[in-house]
This record gives sequence, structure tokens and C-alpha cells, in this order.
Amino acid sequence: MTGTVNRENFSRRIFERLADAGVTLFSYVPDFGNDELVKIAEADNRTTAVLLSSEQEGVALCAGADLVGARGVLLMQSSGVGNCPNMLSLVRGGRFPMLMIVTMRGDYGEQNPWQYPMGQAVEPVLEAMGIQCIRVERDDELDQATDSAISSAFAAGQGVALILSQKFLGAKAF
Amino acid sequence: MATNLPPSTIDRRDLLAHLIPDPDECLLVAGLAGSAKDSAAWTQEADNLITLGGAMGGAVAMALGIALSAPDKKVAVITGDGELLMNAGVLATVASAAPQNLNIICLDNGQHGETGGQPGHTSRRTDLALMAEGAGIASAMTISSPDEFPDAQAFLAYGIAPKFLCVRVMPGPPTDYKRNWDLASGRLRFRAANVINVEQ
Repeated sequence: MTGTVNRENFSRRIFERLADAGVTLFSYVPDFGNDELVKIAEADNRTTAVLLSSEQEGVALCAGADLVGARGVLLMQSSGVGNCPNMLSLVRGGRFPMLMIVTMRGDYGEQNPWQYPMGQAVEPVLEAMGIQCIRVERDDELDQATDSAISSAFAAGQGVALILSQKFLGAKAF
Repeated sequence: MATNLPPSTIDRRDLLAHLIPDPDECLLVAGLAGSAKDSAAWTQEADNLITLGGAMGGAVAMALGIALSAPDKKVAVITGDGELLMNAGVLATVASAAPQNLNIICLDNGQHGETGGQPGHTSRRTDLALMAEGAGIASAMTISSPDEFPDAQAFLAYGIAPKFLCVRVMPGPPTDYKRNWDLASGRLRFRAANVINVEQ
């Protein structure tokens, strides 16, 4: 790995903010970048981790939580954004709040060429579906960015993605 | 419909009332097209029903989100064979999460009714109940005749959860019903009646 980010530390900071905001469902497709956050959500008795087969399920699942007044978050690797656009019709058409956390591949120091096409398309694809992108490049941006994403989703009822860049996460060495 | 099964004799248009006699006691999600029309007509678009008009493949996951967030409520999702196969992986997602309050009802007409009745996989070789069992859904059942309605109703009421019921229906139009197409107003109506948690 490049970079010196401490996954346990940043994952815990994100988790506490989400849990304090009343997020109970942590839906996810596994990624190295969200692995620690999922483990924290599995261990905490306030929250439930839901393993998805495809990222698009998480969009509908979080919408379902909202229908009964609960709050969910959708965790995925950047490649998973490509599985979501049609399901994001729910956000624009139904004005559902939607909070996504995207852990990036294919944007900074990536060594796997397969990660670049979708990695580079993440923000255009999300923005085309009306999802605001809040990007984190440095550790000192994380807390405020997380709070901003939570406000956008659950106070203002928007669709928002917190994008954890590879500059922040570090690039996987092959 | 899967080739090893007899032809169906079930008309989808008066079906749902035979399966769930107490819809008022459930939270209901209906997937796009015929599932939404039949469900809207059945409940007269009651406040405990949310209907989709797109987002194909999302109905079961939406119902799972409700079921996990409202564990004390009974939840049922009405979907179709086309929608289910668009994201069949959700059966594994439901099996893993294992909600004890979720019934999945698939109206299997073996075709894409909304786009002109083109044949789907279940008209050839695919058996959805077997797929549900393979995914790890606790109980799965298939019916093809109105004679099986009492068994299906008992299955939905008393089977081991989560449950998957495949109702093979005759090809033919869904219930003729003009339903609300505005999801934003549908969401607000559903929430006004069914929000159970204290909002932050």
C-alpha cells in the first residue's frame, strides 16, 4: 500500500458519525477500503451490516429503510457505481435520501488497468443521476466531509456520495 | 413457465386476495408493471403499499430494507419473473439477512408483459422456486392452480421465514387500474402512515 492512512482510525470516525446520525443499516459489497467499517458495524449493537449481491440492491434497500423512518448507508468500491444508475431513479423520482460511501480504485496510483474505466467514470455517472459527490483527499478533510454528506442526505433529503479517493486510502500494490 | 411444470390455470387479476386475506396487516411493496397494477387494484392503493414503475430489479431489496427496519411488521413483496431475474442475486441477499417477517411473492407469467409479451426464461427452462432454494431462502413453494390457494395462503402465514412463493399465472393482462405514477407522493403517503422510528 502507498499512503499512511490508518483504516481502523478513519473507519471508526466515519462509523461514529453515521451511528450518531441514526444510521442503522450498513449495506455493502465488500472492498478493502470499507472492510474495517463493515466489521465495526457488524460488532456494534446499534447497527446491522447487510451483505449485498449487487450494489444496486443497496439503493433500493436504503429506500425501503426510509419508508419506515429508518436510515441506511450503501458502501461500495468505485466499480460498483457502474451497477447503480437505473436504481438511482428512486432517488430522483421518489426524492429518497441516499447516502453512499465509495472507496476508490483507478484514480491515483492504481496499478490494475481494469480499474481505470469505471474509476474515472464514478463522478460523471453519479452526477448524471443527480447524486452529489463529496470527495476526500486528505485525512483532515474526512470528518467535515462525512458530516456534510450526512446533512445532505438526512437533513436535506438529497442523494450524496462520500468519495474516499485513492490519494486518501492509498493504492494497492500488485 | 419451466417446461417440467403443468400449464397454469391461475388468472392473476383476482389472485392476491386469495393469498393474503389481511393486507391491512402487512407493509407491501410491488415491483413495476403488472405486479404494481394488480397490487394497486387489490388494495385500492392503500397507505401500506408502495408501487414501483421502474427501477427494475429493486422491489425485493426495497422490501428487505423495510423488513429489517421494521422487524415487528409483516412485509410482503409482489414481483414478477422478469424483475426477479434482473437481479436474482437478491435472493441470496435475503437468505443471508434472514428476515423473519418477509414474504416474497413472484407472479410468474413467463413473459415480459409490459413490453409486448415477449417470452422470458421461465417459459423455457428456469424454475424460480429452485433458484430461491439454492440461494438459501428458508422455504419455497410453487403453485399453478387455484386449487392450491389454501395451501399457498397457509404457507405464507405459517411457513419458515423468509419465504418465497412462485405463483405461475396464465399469460394475459394484469388488472386494469390507473395507479399513481408519482413515486415522491407515494413515498410521502407511505411514510405518513408507516414511519415507526423516532426521527432525529
